[in-house]
Amino acid sequence: MAEEKLAHTPLYALHQSLGAKLTAFAGYDMPVQYPAGIIAEHLHTRAKASLFDVSHMGQVVLSGADIAAKFERLVPADIIGLGSGRVRYTMLTNERGGIIDDLMAAKDGEVLRLVVNASRKAEDIAHMRGALGEGAVTYREDLALIALQGPAAAVVLARLVRGVEAMAFMSVASVDIDGVACHVTRSGYTGEDGYEISVPSDAAEKLARRLLAEPEVAPAGLGARDTLRLEAGLCLYGNDIDESTTPIEADLAWTIQKRRREEGGFPGDTVIRRELTQGASRRRVGIKPEGRQIARGHTPIVDVDGQEIGMVTSGGFSPSLEGAIAMGYVPAVVAAPGTDLRLSVRGVARPAQTAALPFVPHRYHLSPR
Amino acid sequence: MSNIRYTKDHEWIRVDGNEATIGITDFAQNQLGDIVFVELPEIGRKIEKGKEAGVVESVKAASEVYAPVSGEVTAVNTGLADDPARVNADAMGEGWFYKIQLADAKELGDLMDEAAYKAFTAEQDKH
Repeated sequence: MAEEKLAHTPLYALHQSLGAKLTAFAGYDMPVQYPAGIIAEHLHTRAKASLFDVSHMGQVVLSGADIAAKFERLVPADIIGLGSGRVRYTMLTNERGGIIDDLMAAKDGEVLRLVVNASRKAEDIAHMRGALGEGAVTYREDLALIALQGPAAAVVLARLVRGVEAMAFMSVASVDIDGVACHVTRSGYTGEDGYEISVPSDAAEKLARRLLAEPEVAPAGLGARDTLRLEAGLCLYGNDIDESTTPIEADLAWTIQKRRREEGGFPGDTVIRRELTQGASRRRVGIKPEGRQIARGHTPIVDVDGQEIGMVTSGGFSPSLEGAIAMGYVPAVVAAPGTDLRLSVRGVARPAQTAALPFVPHRYHLSPR
Repeated sequence: MSNIRYTKDHEWIRVDGNEATIGITDFAQNQLGDIVFVELPEIGRKIEKGKEAGVVESVKAASEVYAPVSGEVTAVNTGLADDPARVNADAMGEGWFYKIQLADAKELGDLMDEAAYKAFTAEQDKH
């Protein structure tokens, strides 16, 4: 292994004391699993609630006059129309319509609070500082991020902070937890109801231990986080989306609101708007291999005649479905769910079908309309 | 237990006369984590020492399984198809992979005994 100095999150000592297996991820020494194991952690998240340390992700605050309008020049989502207290999933795009990074943007009064990928935060911050000015972009290295995910997340967190159980999916609130000012969003990366809690680093371990003391909560690592998000059909940057994939190819057109579709005004708008009306030539789809044989990222997708037509971008074992699942890009003409294709696993073409995403239904706390 | 030998790739082989049973070690299953799929060689296949004889997939990754010695496959643990977690639960017993008829018993001399393997894994754990 390369002798690279790995960074630690504020919860590093906690991971060690919990017996985590640590692995290098995006420059951090991160827990891939705890003694329970990935499958147990995954199923616990779907049944009760799990605590994930996601402090490696980049927390960035954008501020200054007309920051929403300025930020809109970098992303295809409607940020001006985003109400205060609301969160939107969007992406920084490049001039070719490719994705520089995907991110969560929360509007909190006059500022935007972003959560960006750990592996991309240096590029993102440089890109945003170049476009918005140095002073508009504050990297909040002083904050940790704790995800509490699962059907019991709301009842657990409500014991610490009254009112969070009433928050709607994709909303943000400033709360006080045991005298510590935190920002809580009702969102996550598992397909379950849950929260992400932005907490000052020096108060993070105490909060994590407080949550772990609740009977419903167990720790979960990056291994379970990956199987959960794959079942939920959510993209992993660097696998399923990157600078060569457009939001339309990635089946993320839903993240582009009406006004932005009509007006454009974001990097790559020519390509993206054309694909919105005419369709993209390839599409990200769910893929269900037959049986338990796993098809991981970079597995070639071939058609029934043996012609290579695409590539698996994420693939693994689904603990909830007890079988293999995958996502990948195929030509739009074969993207319809249920289309037969083959996956070339170690040189053997194995049967699979395209499948609707998500593999496991989302169970978000949607606000009544 | 003296008839069990180990490889640096973390396979074990238990010799009984001219037949041997092969699997992956408890150290290996612990490193791999939850095992979800095992691809075994076909019965009758002649496997060659040091060459790939199967694949074990955990949630995290796929790993090749190498033949500790040469021989012809005489049996495979078909129970692993439906219950690969047996490898996690009992790597050295119920979680065995396949059996072979030894081609050359002298090849066993190149493998580690239990004490040597223990020392080898203790060294690996430090990294």
